[in-house]
Amino acid sequence: MADQPLVIGFETSCDETGVGLVRGHTLLADALATSVAEYERFGGVVPEIASRAHLEAMVPTVHRALADAGATVDDVDAVAVTSGPGLTGALLVGVAAAKAYALALGVPLHGVNHLAAHVAVDELEHGPLAEPSIALLVSGGHSSLLLVPDLSRQVESLGRTVDDAAGEAFDKVARVLGLPFPGGPPIDKAAREGDPAAIPFPRGLTGPRDAPFDFSFSGLKTAVARWVEARERSGEPVPVADVAASFQEAVADVLTAKAVRACRDRGVGHLVLGGGVAANSRLRALAEERCAAAGIVLRVPSPRLCTDNGAMVAALGSRLVASGVAPSEPDLGADSSLPIEVVTR
Amino acid sequence: MLVLALDTATPTLVAGLGRWSADAGIEVLAERAVPSGNRHAELLTPAIRGVLADAGLGMTDLDAVVTGLGPGPFTGLRVGVVTALTLADARRLPVVGVCSLDAVGSGARTVVTDARRKEVYWATYGDDGRRTEGPGVVRPEELGRPGPFVGDRAFAERLASPVTAADVTTAGLLRAASPQLADPSSAGPLVPLYLRRPDATPPTAIKAVTRA
Ligand SMILES: [Zn+2]
Repeated sequence: MADQPLVIGFETSCDETGVGLVRGHTLLADALATSVAEYERFGGVVPEIASRAHLEAMVPTVHRALADAGATVDDVDAVAVTSGPGLTGALLVGVAAAKAYALALGVPLHGVNHLAAHVAVDELEHGPLAEPSIALLVSGGHSSLLLVPDLSRQVESLGRTVDDAAGEAFDKVARVLGLPFPGGPPIDKAAREGDPAAIPFPRGLTGPRDAPFDFSFSGLKTAVARWVEARERSGEPVPVADVAASFQEAVADVLTAKAVRACRDRGVGHLVLGGGVAANSRLRALAEERCAAAGIVLRVPSPRLCTDNGAMVAALGSRLVASGVAPSEPDLGADSSLPIEVVTR
Repeated sequence: MLVLALDTATPTLVAGLGRWSADAGIEVLAERAVPSGNRHAELLTPAIRGVLADAGLGMTDLDAVVTGLGPGPFTGLRVGVVTALTLADARRLPVVGVCSLDAVGSGARTVVTDARRKEVYWATYGDDGRRTEGPGVVRPEELGRPGPFVGDRAFAERLASPVTAADVTTAGLLRAASPQLADPSSAGPLVPLYLRRPDATPPTAIKAVTRA
């Protein structure tokens, strides 16, 4: 194992400063700093605050990762970094840091796609990815359904959200219900005491003429807000647990139904989940149920690895090095809207 | 000692190599000033490679890193600061941050650079070249400081005074860093001179949606 290259991965596309160390498929360190506590009163990430926090956290987070792995910076054989998609100012802190480490250490640099890294991270827990796989990536920043024939070189977009990301809908519904930011964990928790069939919230883009693999969560978010507001106007108490459970059910239902349909349509027997929303307990349970019924092998990273982190970037970097993909050019930058078809640049 | 100097506080990024010593002063070995616009992250490491190649030297020859801390547009500014921090970390070198305006021009002057939003970053220097006021950010019409002005000539009209064009230089960065290079333990943490708080306001969007 020690003869496989040690890869360091940098992730700064949103509010998490992640630095991971991976050798082969082995996770050695996954250090994380977050500025999430600063955003509660804003209801969402503030890009300039996140960028400032990345700069402050960068070197301490690298040191923590190296210490956790029992390595020194001179042991690093290759550097990988998220070069998009994400918040430009935030991405650039990671890209500049990664370029500097690669230059100073004289090792290759791989600028990678954040979404592909969400898929790659599963290899750290479940070994080599089956190819092709379908990947369902859902977080506060993205909601995508991907066909992955070769994660090192070829990824195809089947569908994506046409408005809000699924995680954004969680944040906004949490706000309506008076739950803290980010909204995913508190809604998941509240929903455990609620009835998922209590309120029939709409399932976006599920009509016969809708794009089969695109998502829409804006209408659902508005429907929840209207329902809660009507309750408040009539002076009745808001059944927070039932609203949370019914909202969560609507999201999980649409996501899993479309993912399973994509597997069937494309004749693919493996589904991988990723992104912060993949940590949602109802989404995981419903995906298991429906995949089992359809004879699809489901792979879900542990919740810790579903959210943004440096390990996922190192995991993809490790894969790129192993499969002989050429490193990035010295003028690598950040691309806030990097298309998923570009796995590495 | 061999010092790598960086600055990304203005639209022209600077990467330079110089020899610095307490008694013999500053000798600039190589310098690249690259018009970068918003592409500091793309162009900075190639410029560093360039100056090392120009001087026939490598990363392992470096003894210290100096970087401008701004003030300057935040996104580009951070590229230089994080590059200096991480290069120094990887090579275990001392790293010194200086006010970027200190590295523009010399002698008695008021330096003005583009702060966007119709404002300038500024600082004023006495006859001995030491900063006496600033850095600050202000509308040029309200600056009210004596000339001569150096820096970004685009502000001459609004300052109602000529401005001599001048940029951040390697020599200027090394000069500004001299006290800390003489005693690296005196160098403080690298904190950018933002001078403005982040734009951030609590959202009202949810309410607007439900009232519609
Ligand atoms: Zn993500």
